[in-house]
Amino acid sequence: MLKDIFGKKKRYATIPGEQAKQDIPEGLMIKCQSCHKIYYRKEMHKNLGVCPNCDFHHQLNAWERIDSLFDEGTFVEWDKNLISNNPLGFPGYEEKLEKDRKKTGLNEGVVTGTGLIEGERVAFSVMDAGFRMGSMGSVVGEKIARAIERAREEALPYIIFTASGGARMQEGVLSLMQMSKTSIALKRHSEAGNLIISVMTHPTTGGVTASFASLGDYNFAEPRALIGFAGRRIIEQTTRERLPDDFQTAEFLLKHGQLDQVIHRHQMKQTLGTLLKLHRKGASQL
Amino acid sequence: MKHVLEFERPIVHLKEKIAELKEITKDSEIDLDNEIKTLERKLACLEDDVYGHLKPWERVQVARHPERPTTLDYIKYLFTDFMEFHGDRRFGDDAAIVTGIAFYKDRPVTIIGHQRGKNTKENIRRNFGMPHPEGYRKALRHMKQAEKFNRPVICFIDTKGADPGKGSEERGQSEAIARNLMEMGGLKVPIICIVIGEGGSGGALALGVGDKIYMLENSTYSVISPEGAAALLWKDANLAQRAAETMKITAHDLKELAVIDEIIPEPKGGAHRHIEEQAKAIDQVIESSLKELQSLSVEELLEKRWEKYKTIGDYDIKED
Ligand SMILES: [Zn+2]
Repeated sequence: MLKDIFGKKKRYATIPGEQAKQDIPEGLMIKCQSCHKIYYRKEMHKNLGVCPNCDFHHQLNAWERIDSLFDEGTFVEWDKNLISNNPLGFPGYEEKLEKDRKKTGLNEGVVTGTGLIEGERVAFSVMDAGFRMGSMGSVVGEKIARAIERAREEALPYIIFTASGGARMQEGVLSLMQMSKTSIALKRHSEAGNLIISVMTHPTTGGVTASFASLGDYNFAEPRALIGFAGRRIIEQTTRERLPDDFQTAEFLLKHGQLDQVIHRHQMKQTLGTLLKLHRKGASQL
Repeated sequence: MKHVLEFERPIVHLKEKIAELKEITKDSEIDLDNEIKTLERKLACLEDDVYGHLKPWERVQVARHPERPTTLDYIKYLFTDFMEFHGDRRFGDDAAIVTGIAFYKDRPVTIIGHQRGKNTKENIRRNFGMPHPEGYRKALRHMKQAEKFNRPVICFIDTKGADPGKGSEERGQSEAIARNLMEMGGLKVPIICIVIGEGGSGGALALGVGDKIYMLENSTYSVISPEGAAALLWKDANLAQRAAETMKITAHDLKELAVIDEIIPEPKGGAHRHIEEQAKAIDQVIESSLKELQSLSVEELLEKRWEKYKTIGDYDIKED
């Protein structure tokens, strides 16, 4: 399931060797994963990873996402130095972590911090699907829980952008328990009257969907993002049901009442900004 | 013994041999008392040896034993005047989760548990103990009611996992599980969770956020089944035995990882061998934990619950 999501498609920021063979200067051009039209990398980047031809939303890494949302120079990162241990003594896990640290320049699969979106201060977390498929281990859970706690202490709205294959297998049940840790943190934040916004991006599955991703006062998604609890193949194998083509897409979830809105990436910053203003403390007393 | 597990065969053989000798002596003058006594001593040693050192995969087998007691079995022994209530008031009634109220000794409690079947027909009716969203929402409805009437909640966990299916996805399986985690995190009455069989992933956790988490000695709690882990990690479901060890899923593993409070011992050979004895062991932890939790104010209770989950995990801080 995880491999299904991540294995086939490379992120747009990298150029597959196959393209290089077609005489495309490495790093300069990129091919849309959906319509396969080729664009200057710069052009796609300026368009926030949205294909100018077919509107496909390519994955953004954590910092690309932050750049796309925050007022320039306002984002301050929290808990950057938390790193994973190997609690189960899982063979090869440390090497895999090291490889992904080098690949992404991140210490773990989530970046947390605070900054201004359209002038409104928020506490923020964004998952990076490039790090261990965005899976949730102890560090991901801890950083998210800490960000929520800090949001509660400072009475800030909390926004999370999810992108995750689900649990971090190599951390076993400790990974599972991060679902409860983050959910209880959100409960405390919510009880204090603070805002929670979740934006699910491609892909958001498994234990992440079944915890903080679904617990916003508002749950949003990007167009065509894959969002689900169980993997499509597992469902097909166990139930032998025919699944519709749009199964587990953002649009499918919207149709079935599981989302508040599907928001185009180009409208994301502005929409969040308006929503934040509508929830500004004391706004309803004016 | 109706259902014999692979590793129990030597014990069964020996038992049959003893029975045979006893049968012979019954109808004849031959005195085999000494031989029988020797074999019985050997049997006791063998049982201690096998059941005293169960490997993770063997515990998985015990946890999945077809005769292993279920939530409804334990309810009979632990509570009186049990009344089962149905439905989530939104979509339907999910037979994979039972909910109700009863007296625990003299005080009313809310009981929520996964419910497997013990035969094919019942298993189909109960979806093999794998809840749909409406099951979790029924559970949540009863938790909220417990809060209203100030009743402690006792949860029995026994599922391979939440139902994977088209309908479950359409009706928001993720949201149903997530909502329970969140609401259980803030429920203003004591919650005691006991893993009695398999604790399969998010589907188990959705009844598993509480003030005290216990596991029966041979139960398991995991992020994915050993078969699933083997398929995912090594592309071979037959390596489940190895995965059961690597993934650290036994009660002892979870105690060591500081995820659970205590292990509840099982009768020799597993809970199915002596359900009354097993119920007594469960009764002890319910009584002691209720006593402890009831002495706390709501604020203390919730703060302690948060502290408990806050500290689960293993990480380091890298120096710059
Ligand atoms: Zn395109």
